[in-house]
Order: sequence, then C-alpha cells, then structure tokens
Amino acid sequence: MSEANLRVALVGNPNCGKTALFNQLTGARQKVANYAGVTVERKEGRFTTPSGRHVQLLDLPGAYSFDSASPDERVTRDVLLGRYPGEAMPDLIVCVADATNLRLHLRFVLEVRRLGRPVVLALNMMDAARRRGITVNVPELQRRLGLQVVETVAVQRGGARPLIDLIGLVNMEASQTLSAPNPETLGKDEDLHAEVRALLAATVAMPRATDARDDAIDRWALHPVFGLAILTLVMFLVFQAVYSVGKPMTDAIGDGFAWLGTQAGAWLPDGPLRSLVTDGLLGGLGTVLGFLPEILVLFLFILLLEESGYLPRAAFLLDRMMVSVGLTGRSFIPLLSSFACAIPGVMGTRSITDPRDRLATILVAPLMTCSARLPVYALLIGAFIPMHRVLGVFNLQGLVLLALYLAGIAGAMLVGWVFKRLRRDRGEHALLMELPSYRLPKTRDIGIGLWERGAIFLKRLTGVILALTVLMWFISTFPSPPAGATGPAIDYTFAGYIGRGLQYIFAPLGFNWQISLSLIPAFAARETAVAALATVYAVSGGDADTAGLGHALAANFSLASALSLLVWFAFAPQCMSTLAVIRRETRSWRNVAISFGYMFVMAYAASLLTYQIARWFT
Amino acid sequence: MRLSNLPKGTPAVVEHVQDTHASDAIAQRLRDLGFVPGEPVRVVTCGPWGADPILVQIGSTRFALRRAEADRVSVRQGAGL
Repeated sequence: MSEANLRVALVGNPNCGKTALFNQLTGARQKVANYAGVTVERKEGRFTTPSGRHVQLLDLPGAYSFDSASPDERVTRDVLLGRYPGEAMPDLIVCVADATNLRLHLRFVLEVRRLGRPVVLALNMMDAARRRGITVNVPELQRRLGLQVVETVAVQRGGARPLIDLIGLVNMEASQTLSAPNPETLGKDEDLHAEVRALLAATVAMPRATDARDDAIDRWALHPVFGLAILTLVMFLVFQAVYSVGKPMTDAIGDGFAWLGTQAGAWLPDGPLRSLVTDGLLGGLGTVLGFLPEILVLFLFILLLEESGYLPRAAFLLDRMMVSVGLTGRSFIPLLSSFACAIPGVMGTRSITDPRDRLATILVAPLMTCSARLPVYALLIGAFIPMHRVLGVFNLQGLVLLALYLAGIAGAMLVGWVFKRLRRDRGEHALLMELPSYRLPKTRDIGIGLWERGAIFLKRLTGVILALTVLMWFISTFPSPPAGATGPAIDYTFAGYIGRGLQYIFAPLGFNWQISLSLIPAFAARETAVAALATVYAVSGGDADTAGLGHALAANFSLASALSLLVWFAFAPQCMSTLAVIRRETRSWRNVAISFGYMFVMAYAASLLTYQIARWFT
Repeated sequence: MRLSNLPKGTPAVVEHVQDTHASDAIAQRLRDLGFVPGEPVRVVTCGPWGADPILVQIGSTRFALRRAEADRVSVRQGAGL
C-alpha cells in the first residue's frame, strides 16, 4: 500500500445505486470480507484516475441515518469517523444520492456533512431523473450545500466519469474547509427536514412524486390475488431452473469426479493412498463442487429479484404470514431456496437486515427438505411403501413424500414459534422496508454478485468441508479388516465401532447397527447414506443398483423402522456443509451448536414417536 | 387519526410520531425516514393477509410498515402544505 493511495469511502442510503457505482468504478478488482468482529460485509476495490491518482475505494453499508443506528449503520458511521478498530479513516467521502428520491436522500447527505469530513456528493440515477422530467439546479445545490456535486449514471458506460475526474482533482485541503461543520445545521431532526425542504424548493423541480411505471407495475405485483399469483409463478420458474439446469450440472460434476477417481485408482497402487485420493479427496471435492451449480443458479435468481426491486415486494406480500411464525417477510426467499439446498438459503439471509430475524431464518432453513434428501426418500419409499391408490387418484408413495415435505415446513413453523417464545430479545423489530423503484438488472452487477457468492463458497468453505470429508473417509476406512474377515470392511473401522455404539442410542427409534452406521457418512452429505447402506449390506452391483438395495432393506428391517428413518431424515441435523455455512455466516460456534442440538432432539423425538406408534399398527 | 386507520388513497399530513416507550428506536427511525410534522402521506395499498403490512407513500418514497409501526404516526386528513 503506497502512501500516494487516496482512501475514498462510498456512502449513501440503501437503494441509491451505490453498489452499481462501486462496480462501475472498480470493475472486478474487488475484495469482499467482513468487518472485524461482525457479520457486516466489507467491500473494497481499487482504481486509478486519469490524473494518475491511486484510489482505494471502500463501499460502506447503506444507511438511512446515524441516530437510530442498526449494526450496518454503526459500522458506516464509525468507519467514516476513523473510530472503527483496524480501519483507517477515509480521506474523502463520496456521498451517493438517488436524484429521483432527494427528499429522503438529501437528509442523509446533511447528516454526513455534519461529520465535518471532506465530502463530495454524487447525484446518481440522473438518467431516471431526466426520463421522469426531474431537474436539479446543480450549481445552486452546490452553493447551498457547500459541497462539490457531480451527476452520475452508475448503470451506463462512462456514467461515473464526472465522479472519477472529481476524485482525481479534488484538493483535500480545500474541500476540508469547504465542508467544515456549520454550527447552524447541528440541530434536531426537524431542522434537518426543514433544511431538506428548503433545498428542494430552491433547486429541484419534480413533476410527479412517483414513477408512473412503478405505480402501474405495483398495481399488479402487490395485488392481493394477482400479486400472489405472480409470486407463485416466479417461484415456480426459479425451481424449474434449479432442477433443469442446476441439478444436471451437479450430477455431471459428481460423475466427473467419480470418473477421475476411477482413473486415479488405476494409476495408484492398492492401499490407503489410493483410497485417500479416490474416496477421500476426489469424492470430497466432488461433493463440495457439486453444490456449486445449484448455488449459482439460485443466486442468479436471487440477485435478479434483488436488483430488479422485486424482492422487497415479495417480502411485503408474505410478511404477515411469516411474522406469525416468528420470522419476517424477507425470510421467505432464503427459506424457499433451502428447498434446493440449505447452503444458498443460509447465505441468502444476508438480505435480511435485522440480525435477530436473520438468525431465526438461518436456524430454521435446514428444516426445508433439500434436494439431497430425495435419493434417501426415494430408496426407502420405493422399498417400503406400496404403490397403493388412495381415493382413486393419489399414489400412496407420492403422499408419503408430500407428508415429509410438509413435516419439514411444519417443523420450521414450530421451531420459529418456539424461538419467538424463548429468545431473550422480545422487543418489537420493525419491518420499515423501502420498496425501491423497479430497475432493469445490469449484467455486470449480476455477474460480480454471482462471482462473489461463488468465491465465498469456494474459498471459505472448501477447506472446511474437504477436511471433514477426509475425516469421514478416515473413520470409515481404518482400521482395515483383519485377514480372512468375512463381513463388509466398514464393519471393522472406527465408523463401525461408532455405529455399534450409536445403536444403543438409536435402538428406541428402531434403527439397527447398519442404519446407525450409515448415519455417519450421511452427515457428510445426505445422499451418501444410500451408498453407505449399499456397502454394509454388501449389495452386488454397487450403489447404482437401487432396486437390489431396496430388496435387501425390505428383507432386513421393518416398516416401522423405515418410517422412523424417513422421519429422522426430515429433521436430522445434516449435513456438515450446512453447519459450516452457519458457522461462516453467523461467526459463532454457539449457533452451530444450537442448530445441531435442536435438530437432533427434534429428529430423535419425532422418530421415536413414529417408530413406537408404527409398531402398534404393524 | 392514526396512519394505520387512514383509508387507502386518502391524502393526509403527518402530525407527529409518538414514542410507545422511552427511547423508542422504531419511532426514531420513522422520523429519520421523513415522518415529520407537515409531510404529506398516503396509504397506497395493503398486504393480502389481514391488510398488514401497509404500503405508505411519503415524499417520493414508498415504505412497507406493519400496522404496529404505522400506529405510532398521527395524521390529519387533507392535502399537504
């Protein structure tokens, strides 16, 4: 870091187009991390102005004000004042305001000016302002604010040019004196609003308070009937895409690594090393990378919904329903994503601004039935549930599958409700959510967002998940069976011992030691339970022969045990990748423990009940 | 009259925001967002379940408020300043 670097911070209200401006200025040269000690996201980038000035640009979290500070707003304020531990005070603040929403945004500009630091104002979204016939008298605004003001269009090529030029030329000494706090403006809320009104009256002409286009779309999108129909359709399309694009790619990656494993196996001598490479490392990498396509497809849609402005509308429609189970309208999209995979679901909770609501959402997200549970369900339902017709039209197998999905949802509602009763913070947490103007998402912003999510997953989680996978491999491989052993090899390993130990815990649920044992690899990835069961029952034809395994299972344990196992999988604390993501997103092992603990208790109780009741009837 | 009781589409102006308890952060946030005396407001639409939350237009911004939040805002029917 050379001394010539100019530290610039971008601040502004949420929805002012700040991040698009940041992307425009820095391109792909961004670093995403967290601020020390909190889960607030820190984004930094670099660029060089034509005048040769090297700029280190910090994108601070959006803020409405500094008074009633949320965690995000506290970070923003403290960084601007140079009070945040480990963060250098910025040399220049670029305050971004949406030119179509100045009544709200100018108030924050005045708050930033009060800090007494060098500030320039970027009037963003000037294209939208012009389209709506809004005119701003920039020289007059500049004179009255005592700040340099430039017009920008963050979503247009070259739209940040005036700002780049200003940053390149701005004279720090001069702007500092220019923005010294004016004692008259250090008043209360009402004075700030009065000042905003005076500024608007003198400098802004606005033919119409809202965008006619937004009003027209919202008439449909927020309609009690059509709005919900549109939301259902949108969600349907998202899921179609996940299953028709994401799932095949996931499967292809899994197959690819299996093939690589076979190839590597042919090269390496038989022994622990070969097993480590093929089953441990390559198998583990296949699992980790296999998550990626579904995560990216889901995030593509989440970003599109977020950038277009639809996400808060969906939250508006569903808020009441979600509040009744202790969540918020904003929990809906992350929870829905969790039906594909809990990992993007948990990562997607970043759009929930309230920390308590966010944690509640993270805790219930793994209860949504993810796609990895389907192979287990398919195996057990196929083996134990007859193909009866119910009421002439329904298939009993389908009904059981539906019941398992509903059990997950009901479980989440119950848990949400219980957390609402138990948590210490019973205070009212506000919705107070702005519904921004609709916008056409820009490819660059979506692309950078996707890149960030993918990179976070790969960089921060691959290590953890891979390490756990190798550990799983280790305990299911060693010690190797003694010479002349007849049973399946896994029986003699640590996993075998643990499985036999676990069966005492799981016996009341109707699990024999083979099932107990298969729960251990299932912790790495649920779908591996099928392969593990195939191994312990030494089914010929390997895990591909699901029908053969089905027969083996049906011969070895009862319907009551099978139902109990199905219920176990609906609630059980799995998989470890999800727990790793919870740790990463909440920065707390305590939350991982809570998550694991409550799901274990819930799954145990539900399976126990299922087994004991089912035994009565069978 | 409270903002939560204001009929849909009726123009009104904010009279004041009431704190429901000492140092009410939600009331403070409402004032920060522009719910200050004399500001014109209008209820645009209501959520599909129990007409909660409500969508409120203030200035050129639209906010979704739960009824408990909108209860804090006193309004007077009639056009703004």
